[in-house]
Amino acid sequence: MINNQVGERIITGTKEKQPRELTVSLQDAAVQLENHQIWNNADINVEQGEFIAVVGPNGSGKSTLFRVLLGMQTLRQGQVRVLGETPRRGNQAIGYVPQRRSFDTDVPIRGRDLVMLGLEGLNWGFALPGPAQHRRQQLVEETLTAVEATAYADRPIGKLSGGEQQRLVLAQALISKPRLLLLDEPLANLDLRNQIAIPQLVARLARANAATVLLVTHDINPLLPVVDRVIYIAKGKMVIGKPEEVITTSTLSRLYDAPVQVVKDINGRLFVVGLEQETAHPHEHDEH
Amino acid sequence: MGAHYLATGFGWNLIRDIQAQFQYAFMQHAYTAGAIVAIVAGVVGYFVVLRSLSFAGHALSHIGFAGATGAVALGVNPIYGLLVFMVGGAVGMGALGKRIYGRDVVIGIVLAWMLGLGVLFLSLYSGYATEAYALLFGEILGISQTDVIVTLVAGVVTLAAIAIMFRPLLFASVDSDVAEARGVPVRLISILFMVVLAISVSEAVQVVGVLLIFALLVTPPAIAERLTARPGMAIVLSVLLALLFTWVGLFVSFYLPYPVSFFITTLAFVTYLVVRSWIYLRQRFTKLSPATV
Repeated sequence: MINNQVGERIITGTKEKQPRELTVSLQDAAVQLENHQIWNNADINVEQGEFIAVVGPNGSGKSTLFRVLLGMQTLRQGQVRVLGETPRRGNQAIGYVPQRRSFDTDVPIRGRDLVMLGLEGLNWGFALPGPAQHRRQQLVEETLTAVEATAYADRPIGKLSGGEQQRLVLAQALISKPRLLLLDEPLANLDLRNQIAIPQLVARLARANAATVLLVTHDINPLLPVVDRVIYIAKGKMVIGKPEEVITTSTLSRLYDAPVQVVKDINGRLFVVGLEQETAHPHEHDEH
Repeated sequence: MGAHYLATGFGWNLIRDIQAQFQYAFMQHAYTAGAIVAIVAGVVGYFVVLRSLSFAGHALSHIGFAGATGAVALGVNPIYGLLVFMVGGAVGMGALGKRIYGRDVVIGIVLAWMLGLGVLFLSLYSGYATEAYALLFGEILGISQTDVIVTLVAGVVTLAAIAIMFRPLLFASVDSDVAEARGVPVRLISILFMVVLAISVSEAVQVVGVLLIFALLVTPPAIAERLTARPGMAIVLSVLLALLFTWVGLFVSFYLPYPVSFFITTLAFVTYLVVRSWIYLRQRFTKLSPATV
């Protein structure tokens, strides 16, 4: 089984000797939606501080994996643990940026307000001016600086570009200092410059906060410089390992049960060939 | 019904004019009730526009109309019919949650039928025309002292509810996926807000009636949103505008023989046009200015 070969690899020797705490752990997990098996036999261990890319064709169950980790979807079978406990809704230690079409151009909220909601949107009532509020505003300011969004933080969020909005929603997720960051396709609809800049920003901030990152993407290439391991989901199977172990002709052919080829160009970028039929799923699928 | 055209004419000493108007109890009640309704509409309306519920709000008022006319046909105070039907409709729409998007066709069909029901109930009861007129277009000049007190209580309850829910409501309105993942009870808030909306709409019906609810519930916040992106500021502006339209409309109608709701809605509409034109022109001219190149 592919899972056993790759999933049980122990990361030794390179950095620390003692095993780091597991942020996410799936054991023989399976999910079913409307009588349709999304994935099964999933055995995944993610260590604290890792940057993991989650890749796979549309409909393979990437967003479903996130929903499981967020406590919004139960497993049909198997075990899952997040930050040492059963997944539950409203876990403040998890920062989540859902898959998103951009904000409506008319949304009359400033980026600054959006980030502030990430900090106090859960509290009842409304904020009264005072020292506590002042401290919160300072924290918002610091987070905005960290994502380099101060210049446009006071403009209506609907009028900003994709890259600018993405930095703001990232700030919103980061402000509560989460230990696990779940980013669902944050790079879709971004220009190439941002596709490279945003993962680097995320990696830097995650390291600074000792956070673990799971990032869903369609294209692994902009992430190759920062990613530790890859979770590949296809045809109901889930594999984890280093990019050079998972995104290979042999591994992917076994996953897809089809003649798939991985081609590497001179810059080290990986291209998967032969998946034309796999990716022809309609975009309206809820599970990705 | 309509406006009162009185012998005491309009003079440019506005203070004196207002004092003259305040001689009449019905005018005092109108200004007070109007103010309460305007404040509530300004606050609640902000969220209606934010949550794209304008059509749902409109539908609620029509559902209320059927309830009110049905109540009168049964010989009961129309306000009870209004509230019962509206709260029922509100809970139903609130329970739909996000699935309300794209449901405008279904809502439209339901509300059209509600109007039809209302017409039926009207026909069952002759000598009914004034009640119907009041429900459809507002009867702010026929408000009694009891009505003012009831409006005040409903207003306080509504504002208190919004104040308590404020941050989670804002979060859920702007970013419901993230809010839900963070533990905000999005569904519950959706239902609670719709109920709050039902209560504010039933109040506003007294001032501008069922058909003209948008004048107070949607136009002021829509204007405010064009002028500022700060939530707190937008709500304050929305309230001030709603107050302005209501009071000026009332003031003017004292001297002219036309319905109050006409003045209120016209003021709202004209202000909206002016603000949008101003914003558009400002954008055009800053683009031409060399300093911004």
